[in-house]
Amino acid sequence: MNHLPAIQVIIPLLCAPLCLLLRWRTGAWLIATIATWATFGVSLVLARTVVLNGAITYAMGGWPAPWGISYHVDTLSAFLVLIVSGVGALTLAFAYKSVQREIRPESLRAFYALLLICLAGLLGIVLTGDAFNIYVFLEISSLSAYALIGMGQRRRALRAAFQYLIMGTIGATFILIGIGLLYSLTGTLNIQDLAARVEMIPASTYGNHTLITAFAFLTVGLSLKLALFPLHLWLPNAYTYAPSVVTIFLAATATKVAVYMLLRFSFCILGQRFVFEQLTLGNILLLPSLAAILVASLVAIFQYDIKRMLAYSSIAQIGYMTLGISLNSHAGLSAGILHMFNHALMKGALFMAMGAVAYRTGSVYLSDFRGLGRRMPWTMAAFVLGGMSLMGVPLTAGFISKWILLQATLEAGWWPVTAIILLGSLLAVIYIWRVVETAYFNPRHEIEHGTEEAPLSMLLPMWVLVGANVYFGIDTSIPLQMAQRAATILMSGGTL
Amino acid sequence: MNIGAHYNYWVAIFLMMTGFYVVITHGNLIKKLIGLNLFTTSVFILYISLAKVRGGTAPIIAPGIEVYSNPLPHVLILTAIVVGVATTAVGLALALLIYDRYGTLEEEEIRLKDDSL
Repeated sequence: MNHLPAIQVIIPLLCAPLCLLLRWRTGAWLIATIATWATFGVSLVLARTVVLNGAITYAMGGWPAPWGISYHVDTLSAFLVLIVSGVGALTLAFAYKSVQREIRPESLRAFYALLLICLAGLLGIVLTGDAFNIYVFLEISSLSAYALIGMGQRRRALRAAFQYLIMGTIGATFILIGIGLLYSLTGTLNIQDLAARVEMIPASTYGNHTLITAFAFLTVGLSLKLALFPLHLWLPNAYTYAPSVVTIFLAATATKVAVYMLLRFSFCILGQRFVFEQLTLGNILLLPSLAAILVASLVAIFQYDIKRMLAYSSIAQIGYMTLGISLNSHAGLSAGILHMFNHALMKGALFMAMGAVAYRTGSVYLSDFRGLGRRMPWTMAAFVLGGMSLMGVPLTAGFISKWILLQATLEAGWWPVTAIILLGSLLAVIYIWRVVETAYFNPRHEIEHGTEEAPLSMLLPMWVLVGANVYFGIDTSIPLQMAQRAATILMSGGTL
Repeated sequence: MNIGAHYNYWVAIFLMMTGFYVVITHGNLIKKLIGLNLFTTSVFILYISLAKVRGGTAPIIAPGIEVYSNPLPHVLILTAIVVGVATTAVGLALALLIYDRYGTLEEEEIRLKDDSL
């Protein structure tokens, strides 16, 4: 029997206590790095198997589905696992020097242990085929994320972590209520059983009250977790004050996994007919998505802390993903799913550049960037390329997903939405340009912080991500095909 | 439908809204955590209520007993309680650190201290 889905979650979960038990600090990093690269390797095999042979269902502990917890890996799960573990592996490679500088030596081992637990939680959410298990893994990843954010150097990190803890717990509790109501209605927690039984509920004029309430709680709870526009307030502080490595990891993975949960719950459990035709989730998501693209991009332009600016840009990018979902078409969904992948690539690269700048200058205010174009040429070049991908310049990955999204809106005949997407890209040009201008065309900072380029161990993972941005902008066939297949599966209700 | 017949759900809703209100209105971080606990506890009651079968007993096979309460929500809630404890622990740890670094637990005062820098 093929145990890969279980191994994927177990590796980081078992290596986490190992990091703590070991007295050797470099050893903790070594274990964490080996664990993440191992999960990345497993995810590659998993993705290959799923693409070639179709979905895998794995019974945890040998207990068949209605009694035991089953893991279900389809193309969408495999795609997300690839994103999460890939970013995790590169982040850990980047982490060594950055963490040495930003985390107090006595909490180093705890830091790596928490990072691994967070990774295990995120992978678990994506792989599991059980609704309650999703909640458990969600809390595993969230609790470790709160602690990781609180490890930031400045005391504001603690405030940000506490704020995130309050909002995150409210969101997770809403999800718990939603799952409970679904269980009370159907008597099962297995996602495939749930889908089959929800479909059997007869459609009446107003629909089933319990189902509508469950849908409401789930949607609001998940929107909090994925930082949909009016519920995004926890995100800017959390990303700004968290240690650089944590920001890279969370920005590239956590919100994507929340989007995945939204997709899973609305398409595979509640069903497209109920969610989109009866309750019009498309219209509900449309306005917050557009507001996110416009408002968050505008706010980003006026930020002086560049990490904060990128955090607001993340909120805008999440808007593109939910916009793709709200279109409720195959093209829109493919664009949304592909944008998860591309956004992980570009935000990973950009936040890594932030980490490198913070490593050399100590902070990432706009004024710190003066003259950096000459002093840290490789880091700033990575920032420029990552920024181009963020704007959606042709020949970068960001262009592909925006192009497909534009086509999807045109297909639906939503001209004003098309215009807003283009406007959002223009706003991205403005806020990226501010940094580029300061780095390349402003005179040097009066105080010299040292003139060195970031160390190679930081540059290498950064440039791997930048290279991926360019590569997947030119030859996009692999992620695009996976995204389209995932969209096909979702449109059919997750049965393929 | 008799409204009184489902009083357990009203209790859950009342507790939930009370907890939510405390989280939103109180500026003290510890009070916020208390509110958050109330909020999550209400969900436990909701789940346990769902499991109750009228006239049912504990799910142990014994002669003469045919109606059992559903044990699964109980098990789920055991997990959720553990999660709640962990959340409270992390929250209290953060509050402790905040008190260490700011010297206060009032949200307004913390904000003032950050803004004055």
